[in-house]
Amino acid sequence: MSDLSDLYQDVILDHSRRPRNFGALPTANHAAEGDNPLCGDRLTLGVEVRDGEIAGIAFEGSGCAISMASASLMTEAVRGRPVGEAGELSERFRRLLKGEGAGAEEGSAGAVAELEALGKLAALEGVKRYPMRVKCATLAWHTLDAALAAPATDPELVTTEWEGTTE
Amino acid sequence: MAVGTGIEDDLRAARARPPRARPPAAEAPAPFDVERVRGELPVFAPGGPGGPDAAAPPLVYLDSAASAQKPRAVIDAVARFYATGYSNVHRGLHPIAAAADAAYEGAREAVRRYLNAPQAGEVVFVRGATEAINLVAWSYLAPRLEPGDEVLVTELEHHANIVPWQLVCHAAGARLVAAPIDAAGDLDLAAFAERLGPRTRMVAVTQVSNALGTAVPVAEVVRLAHERGVPVLVDGAQAVPHGPVDVQALGCDFYALSGHKMYGPTGIGALWARGELLAAMPPYQGGGGMIRSVALAGTRFAPPPERFEAGTPHIVGAVGLAAAIEWLEALDWAAVAAHEERLVTSAVAALEAVPGVTVLGRPRRRVGVVSFVVDGVHPHDVGTVLAAEGVAVRAGHHCAQPLMERLGVPATTRASFALYNRQADVEALARGVARVRELFA
Repeated sequence: MSDLSDLYQDVILDHSRRPRNFGALPTANHAAEGDNPLCGDRLTLGVEVRDGEIAGIAFEGSGCAISMASASLMTEAVRGRPVGEAGELSERFRRLLKGEGAGAEEGSAGAVAELEALGKLAALEGVKRYPMRVKCATLAWHTLDAALAAPATDPELVTTEWEGTTE
Repeated sequence: MAVGTGIEDDLRAARARPPRARPPAAEAPAPFDVERVRGELPVFAPGGPGGPDAAAPPLVYLDSAASAQKPRAVIDAVARFYATGYSNVHRGLHPIAAAADAAYEGAREAVRRYLNAPQAGEVVFVRGATEAINLVAWSYLAPRLEPGDEVLVTELEHHANIVPWQLVCHAAGARLVAAPIDAAGDLDLAAFAERLGPRTRMVAVTQVSNALGTAVPVAEVVRLAHERGVPVLVDGAQAVPHGPVDVQALGCDFYALSGHKMYGPTGIGALWARGELLAAMPPYQGGGGMIRSVALAGTRFAPPPERFEAGTPHIVGAVGLAAAIEWLEALDWAAVAAHEERLVTSAVAALEAVPGVTVLGRPRRRVGVVSFVVDGVHPHDVGTVLAAEGVAVRAGHHCAQPLMERLGVPATTRASFALYNRQADVEALARGVARVRELFA
């Protein structure tokens, strides 16, 4: 049985209790909704893109500690970044949770580099040992990808419930 | 008589019924020897589910409402049948085919006994309660349903007792109506009676709620429905693990059960239906085994129950189910019922003693299930922490989303009890939930 503190690290518990950038974003020009109805995780994400950069981002919603902390950490990680970089971070994060790519072999130089590139998001690494919970951690990122592709006037609805753990 | 719970009626009838393997219970039932019973389930042996690690803590399995663990008697019956008696059923000319026929029909008789049904020929083998309900929805109800007709269920139902009715209602332009529960989580019988209208063509009700543990007063529901000439299907999936049932005492018209929840194999279940209703129903599926004769110009169907068992049935599943029933029949049910009730009552008390924990529902009689929520902690986090502490529970909507909606929660954490659980399991649950509080405080 995996150690719980590996999953529920302090930074995760902190972000789930006091999510950052939580609320509506009136200036949003991109938006999407993430909904995992089987879990009851749902979030509405608003993004303000200016000159190719994520100038503002905020979310509202409710769900498990993993889904809320992941959304909160995500908003901190991508704010101020160019849209392209946010997309790369999204891919990197999902690779981590699926145990794919250069970081797949734990402890390898590639894995260390991947975790470094993820910064604070690396706190969610423990989720990969709980296959049923991976979809909770990736919901915010799928929602971000959808938001960046959709105008705020026509938010897309996404879910990570049907992708399983392998996608 | 006070409003019966159905279960009580069943237990009373079961106790009154001759001959059980054990002598009838004395006034104070003999204590139930749970350790002896646990010894009959390999999964609880030292190192059971975790392999040969004898030092691993014993499995605390509080997820029996999802599926029950299997006694050695069932596992062995399945293996023995495959090894020594296996053949297809239906009119084989060689000796092991005859033995397979006898085993399969013997299993039908075992189900009849367990339900105290009048005739074994009224028992149809299906994959589980879900298929039993679908069979009734399409074979019995669909041909009778007119636009504007109604099917009456309750807010307690599992999706298996909602969606099949929605499908036939949609096809016919009919309407699904749900009778509400009260604040305690009991079916509101007065409201149920009000919703039984001139257009109600079918009542479908669970005997025990899989999400709250509420025992529904099925005999009373049947009485109300029959006063208006409406047939009743009882979803017994959560009731049969907790003791023999008496469909004649309940008075219902259809009874659905799943084998895997009553210590038998997955993929096998049964529908009991009144003989005269079954005889008038068209086939559910077509194929081999369900015909009298086939010509390209048309087919004559076999009588029930074969009419509803197209294709090679789950013969081994039926054999395993019969073994489970025989295992259950050898138990002293008064003692088992007292044991399970003690566990459930003590689980409710132990959970409520943890600050911030709310047990959902306070039904007049609770059978096997305790659903709860922890303030500020999502049920999936509760379930994950409990799993890490070695306690297997279920978190989610328990295939009862309309009930979750009614309770105003997205999901719950559910601890469910079977006869092999013991007080130590309740204590492990309480310790785990206290750990949840600690972690998320």
